[in-house]
Amino acid sequence: MADFSGSDLTCLRGERLVFGGLSFSATSGDAIMLRGRNGAGKSSLLRLMAGLLAPRSGTLYWNGENIADDRIAHHGRTQYLGHQDAIKPVLTVRDNLRLWGQLRGVRDLDAAIDRALDALDIHHLASVTGRYLSSGQKRRSALARVLIGQSDLWLLDEPTVGLDRESCAELAQLIASFRKDGGIVIYSTHIDLDVKNPTILDLDDFAVPMVEWLAEQDEMDDDQSDNATSQSSPEAAQ
Amino acid sequence: MNGFWAILQRDLRLAMRQGADSVMVVAFFIVTTTLFPFGVGPEANILARIASGVIWVSALLAAMLSLERVFQTDYEDGSLELLTLSPVSLELLILGKVLAHWLTTGLPLIIAAPLMAVMLNMNQDGFIILMVAMLLGTPALSLIGAIGAALILGARRGGVLVSLLVLPLYIPVLIFGAGAVEAALLGISATAQLQIMAAILLLTLAAAPFATAHAVRQAME
Repeated sequence: MADFSGSDLTCLRGERLVFGGLSFSATSGDAIMLRGRNGAGKSSLLRLMAGLLAPRSGTLYWNGENIADDRIAHHGRTQYLGHQDAIKPVLTVRDNLRLWGQLRGVRDLDAAIDRALDALDIHHLASVTGRYLSSGQKRRSALARVLIGQSDLWLLDEPTVGLDRESCAELAQLIASFRKDGGIVIYSTHIDLDVKNPTILDLDDFAVPMVEWLAEQDEMDDDQSDNATSQSSPEAAQ
Repeated sequence: MNGFWAILQRDLRLAMRQGADSVMVVAFFIVTTTLFPFGVGPEANILARIASGVIWVSALLAAMLSLERVFQTDYEDGSLELLTLSPVSLELLILGKVLAHWLTTGLPLIIAAPLMAVMLNMNQDGFIILMVAMLLGTPALSLIGAIGAALILGARRGGVLVSLLVLPLYIPVLIFGAGAVEAALLGISATAQLQIMAAILLLTLAAAPFATAHAVRQAME
């Protein structure tokens, strides 16, 4: 039974505070759907969970252990699908997928790639070079990557972009079977993806106006200086 | 180590499919070197005198020209993000990428260098040392260059920026590389220069992957 949680996460991008005070928790078989307007920080949160971004404050835990303590282990159990498909135009789909399988140390890689291609119904594209793929086919190849090798956590950022209705249904099925095997899926989507009773995390609830946040930071700084020096000036307290 | 071989294999395969990149680096090297006889005049003595310096400067510029593509395409199509997220040490992956870069640019330059030396009327005594010095120097150029290539990720007009970042760091390689050939031409032992170049190579081999990995992670933020 795996357990993935985050407590009091704050994300700062550039000068802008994207969200603050966000907590979540998920156990094996759970799905979390991220919702929120554009710029609410869905992608940022997924990148944070993947370990691409460091939170400004707060911590992410896997089975109670901070993921920052052992990044390689976290990368090993996580499959991340971002906005980009990472398909090289001059390599075939199979060669494209092979690298990611090798990096995960997958045994019997060719069979694993075959299974992934079958699952996404793109076996006929195995020897087609990336440049001749349509955007939907590229997206499906990228999804095939997620299926290669063992993983416990899927982070899918808008996985349905470019997919037709049929592929969306397939994706929903893949998610369902991954959950049945004890995986955790966290995803953001703009269309309805047929996932059974996902927990909904609305990022709009965690938006913090910058002014409030700065004031809070100031208070914290003041508190610290109060503790540091026993005599605090009356001006600072005001 | 699996990750190292996997990325090396992939990058070499990519370079083969897009063979133009490698050819372009060598062509640039040859063209730049060829410009000097036109500039300083065809007098054999003068050309022989400046040959080692000219070859090294041209090699430096050619190596720099190819730097941008070390990470840029991977950065643009999202592969770099996934490499960062692989359960393999990023430093090792970067070392694999640098080796692939060296095999596709440094090595062809070493092979082309004696030809240019002949054209510039360099004495044959210098040929072997020139190649040995380049064998030690060009991997260091790729390693140092990778730091610059990673630092400019996400910047506009990265190509110009990378030259400003990297060229000053190439100076030691240039000094000792050209110095080694000079020594050989004068009939003195070039061991000292070559040893210093080997030291530079070892130093960059130890430090550059970490600096580059740090820059890549920064670019992912």
